[in-house]
Amino acid sequence: MAVLHTVNKSPFERNALESCLRLAKAGSSILLFEDGVVGAMQNTRFSERIAQAMHDFSFYVLGPDIKARGLGGDKIIDGIQVVDYNDFVDLTTAHDTVQSWL
Amino acid sequence: MENGEGVVKKFCYINRKAPYGTIYALESLEVVLIAAAFDQDISLVFADDGVYQLTKGQDTEGIGMKNFSKTYTALGDYDIKKVYVEKESLEERGLSADDLQALKYEDEDDDWAEKDSLFIVGRNDLATIIDEQDVILSF
Repeated sequence: MAVLHTVNKSPFERNALESCLRLAKAGSSILLFEDGVVGAMQNTRFSERIAQAMHDFSFYVLGPDIKARGLGGDKIIDGIQVVDYNDFVDLTTAHDTVQSWL
Repeated sequence: MENGEGVVKKFCYINRKAPYGTIYALESLEVVLIAAAFDQDISLVFADDGVYQLTKGQDTEGIGMKNFSKTYTALGDYDIKKVYVEKESLEERGLSADDLQALKYEDEDDDWAEKDSLFIVGRNDLATIIDEQDVILSF
C-alpha cells in the first residue's frame, strides 16, 4: 500500500490537515491522533471538508486520544475508523511509507 | 501590603489550546491555582481550542497521561467564580454547554448557596471582559 499520512495538530490551530489533504494522493490513508483528533469530529467548521475527502482517502482516528479529550464515539464523523495503538502499528507496517504532517 | 490589605487587581488567564497535545492547558491550571492564593480578582477565559479543556467525560487512561480535568471543578473552592467560554468557539466545533463540565462555587454572602461559575459569552462581551483586565496571562 501507498502512504500513511498522520496528522497530530488541530485544524483550528494549524494548517497540517489542510496541507495533508492538499498533497496526499487519492488512495492514501490518513490517521488523526493527539490534537489532530479534533478533525474527526462532526459539526465542526471542517466536517464537510473531511466528509468530502473520504471519497479519496481512508480515514482513521486514534481512540485513546478521543477518550482523553472527552469527545465520545457519537461525535465522530461516520466512516472514520476508530483505531487503537496496535492498529496504529499495523497501519504503519501495512504502508510503504509514513508522512507525518507536524 | 499592609495589614493584609493588598491591592486587588483584575487577573485574566486566556486559554486557547486543546488539552494533552501540548503542555499549555496543564501549565495554565497550575499557575491559576498558585495565583489563587493571592486573593486577586481572577477571570478565566476559554476560547478557540481552549474550549476542549472543559469537556466532560475526559478519560486519559489510554494515553498514559494525568487527567487534570477534574481540577477545573475544584476552582470554585479557590474562589475562582468567573470562567468565561466563548460561544462562537463552541459553535464552530459542534459543541454546546451540555458537552462541558458544570463549574460551581459556594457563595459565602448568600448562605453558601451553590452557583454557576461558568458563563458562555459572545465574542463582543468577551472582548469587553478582556479589555477591563489589569493583568493578562496567555496560554
